[in-house]
Amino acid sequence: MSDTLQKSSDIDLDKRPENGRATAIKSRLTSWDSIILVLTVLVLIVASFSVENFGTSRNFTFMVLDLLPIILIALPMTMIIVTGEIDLSVASTLGLTSSMMGWLWNQGLSIETIIPLCVVIGAICGVVNGFLITGLGLPSLAVTIGTLALYRGLAFVVLGDGAVADFPWNYTGWVTGTIGGGAVPNVLILIVVLALIFGIVQHATPFGRSLYAIGANAQAAHFSGIRVARTKFWLYVVSGAVAGLVGVLWTLRYSSARADNGSGLELAVVAAVLLGGVSIFGGKGSLPGVLAGVVLLTALQNALRLEDVSGQALNIVTGSLLVLSVLLPNITTAVRGNYHRRRLRQAASR
Amino acid sequence: MTTLSLHAPAKNLLKTRELGIVLALALLIAYTAIDNPRFLSGQSIRDNLLNTAILAVMATGQAVVVITRNIDLSVGSVLGISAFTVATMMSANPGLPMIVALLAGLAVGAVAGLVNGVLVRFGKVPALVVTLGTLYIYRGITYSWAGGSQVNADELPRHFLTFANDNLLGIPWLVLIALIVVGTGSLMMRNYRVGRELYAMGSSPAAAELAGIKVARNLLGAFVLSGALAGLAGVLYAARFGTVDAAAGNGMELNVVAAVVVGGVAVFGGSGSVWGAALGALLLTVIGSALAVLDINQFWQQAIVGALIILAICADRLVAVRIARSLRKRDAHV
Repeated sequence: MSDTLQKSSDIDLDKRPENGRATAIKSRLTSWDSIILVLTVLVLIVASFSVENFGTSRNFTFMVLDLLPIILIALPMTMIIVTGEIDLSVASTLGLTSSMMGWLWNQGLSIETIIPLCVVIGAICGVVNGFLITGLGLPSLAVTIGTLALYRGLAFVVLGDGAVADFPWNYTGWVTGTIGGGAVPNVLILIVVLALIFGIVQHATPFGRSLYAIGANAQAAHFSGIRVARTKFWLYVVSGAVAGLVGVLWTLRYSSARADNGSGLELAVVAAVLLGGVSIFGGKGSLPGVLAGVVLLTALQNALRLEDVSGQALNIVTGSLLVLSVLLPNITTAVRGNYHRRRLRQAASR
Repeated sequence: MTTLSLHAPAKNLLKTRELGIVLALALLIAYTAIDNPRFLSGQSIRDNLLNTAILAVMATGQAVVVITRNIDLSVGSVLGISAFTVATMMSANPGLPMIVALLAGLAVGAVAGLVNGVLVRFGKVPALVVTLGTLYIYRGITYSWAGGSQVNADELPRHFLTFANDNLLGIPWLVLIALIVVGTGSLMMRNYRVGRELYAMGSSPAAAELAGIKVARNLLGAFVLSGALAGLAGVLYAARFGTVDAAAGNGMELNVVAAVVVGGVAVFGGSGSVWGAALGALLLTVIGSALAVLDINQFWQQAIVGALIILAICADRLVAVRIARSLRKRDAHV
C-alpha cells in the first residue's frame, strides 16, 4: 500500500498528473490484492456452476461457519503483520479460552458471565504477549512460539483431554443458525460488523496509517511522534481478545469445549493473511485483500470437499498460493527492473 | 587483533548461555533422581536418549538455518514425506539393506530442502513464508499419495524395525547417528570456514555479501542440510515407531524450533551453537519423562516448554544487552 502511494507520488513529480493517476490505477489493478480478489470471484462463480450443492443456502451457511474463526482472527493479525510483527499464539489462546469456558461452565457460572469472561481471558493472553514483546523488547516470532506452547499447555492443564458439551441450546443454536431460518447465517452479521470496524480503523484513521508507518520504518515512525510500543501492545491485546471471542464461538459451534480446539489454526490464519497480499516484513497490505484470501481458501476447500477430494490434498494448493503470492510480485518487479535498466542504458548511449 | 579482543567477552557470555542449559538439565535430573532413583537406571537413560535422538537430528539442521537468520518450518512435513517414502519402499522391497533406507531418506529430504533454499535465495521470498508454504505442500503431497492408508509394522522387514533398538558397543544406533550428526554439525559450525561464514551471514547478511562470502551457495547448503536431516529423522521415525501414516511428524516443527530456541540459538541469527540446540532437545525430552516420574500431571509438559522458551529468549536478550554494554565500555576506553 504505502509503496504504491510512494511510487505514484514519485511519478507525479516528473510527469503530468493524469499520467500519474493512470499509472496508479494500473498498479492498483495489477497489485496482488486485486488479483486475489478476481481469483476469489472466479472460484466462487465456477464452483457454483460446476460443483453440485455448492450454491445451496445450506452449503453457504457451512462455508460461513468454516470461514468464521479464520476471518475473525485474521482481522487483528493483518494489523500486527502490517506493523512487521507476528502473533502465532492465537490458536492456543482460542484453545485456552475454550478450555476455560468448559471449566467455568462446570463450576456452575451462567453462560452470560462466562462469555465476556472468556474474551477478557483472551485479552490477558494478549497482554502477556504485548508486554514480552514491547515491554522487554523480545522478538515477536520467538515470544509467540513460546506462548503458543504455553497457552495450549495451560488449556490442557485446565481441562485435560476431556470435553464439556452441555452448553445451552439457545446459544449453540444461535451460532449455527440463520436469521429467521433464512439463508443468512447469524454469525455473518458478526463477521460483517467486525470486518467493517477493523477495515475503517485500518484504512481510514490516523491510527491505521500509523500502522503502515511503523511497519515501513519503526524508528522513523517513533521520531515522527507515533507511539510504536504502545500501538503494538494494544494490537496484541485486541488480537488476544478476538482469539478469545473465537474460542467462545468455536466451542458453541461444535458444542464442545476441548483443550485441543483450533490447534494448528495459527498457520492457516497467517497463510490467509500473506495470501491476501500482506508483506511479512510489514508496511504493505490491505484488509480487502486478506478477506478475499480467506474466502478463496475456504471456498476452495469447501468445493473440493463436495467433489470428494481430500481436504488434506488441498494443502498443496494453499501452500503453492502462499509461496506464489510473494514469488510472483518479486518476479514482476525483477522483470520491470530489468526493462527499466535497459531503457536507462539506451537513453544514456543515445 | 581488535576484532579478536572484541569477540572474547561475547564468546564467554555465550559459553555461559550453554552452561545455563547444562545446569538446568543437571538440576532437573538430580531432583528427579532423588525423588525416584530409577530415573537414573540404564533403561530410563536409554529411553530418554532414544526419544531425544530424532529431535536432536532435526534440531541440528534447524540450528544451522536459524543461525543464518532464516527459519525452516517445513521440517515436520519433510519428516512425514520421507518416513512414508522409505516405509513404502522398504515394505515393497524387504531385501534392501538399512543403509539404502537411510540414504533414500536423506535424498528425499535434501530435495525438499533444496526447493526451500532456491525459493528463499532466488525467489527472494522470506524463509518464514517459503517454509510455511512448503509445510503445507509437502504434507499435502504425502496425504494425496497416502490417502488414509498407512504402513504397518508387520509389512516392514525385521532388520529395519530392529535397527532402532540394535546396539553398537552398547549404544543404540539411533543415538549413535544423532551423536554423529550433532558432533559433525558442531565441528563444522565452530571450526570450519563454512561454519563461520554462516554465522557471519546471520550477523549481517549485507556485510557478509560485501565481504565476498558465497552467500547463495552457503544458504542453499544450510537449507539442504536442514531438509536432509529432517529426511534422515523420517527414516529413524519409521524404524522406531514401525507404523507410518500421512500425519507422521505433524506439528513437529514447533518442537524443533522450541529445542533450538531453548538451546540458545537466537531467532535473529548469528549466535548460538548446534550442540546447544541438541542440549535443548535433550532438556525438552527429559522434562517430559521427569514429569512422568515425578507423577506430575503430564498436561503440564507443554506449558512448561512454553515457559522455558520465553525464559530462554529473555536470557538471550540479557546476554545481548550485556554484550552491547561491554562493547560500548570498550569503545569509551579507546
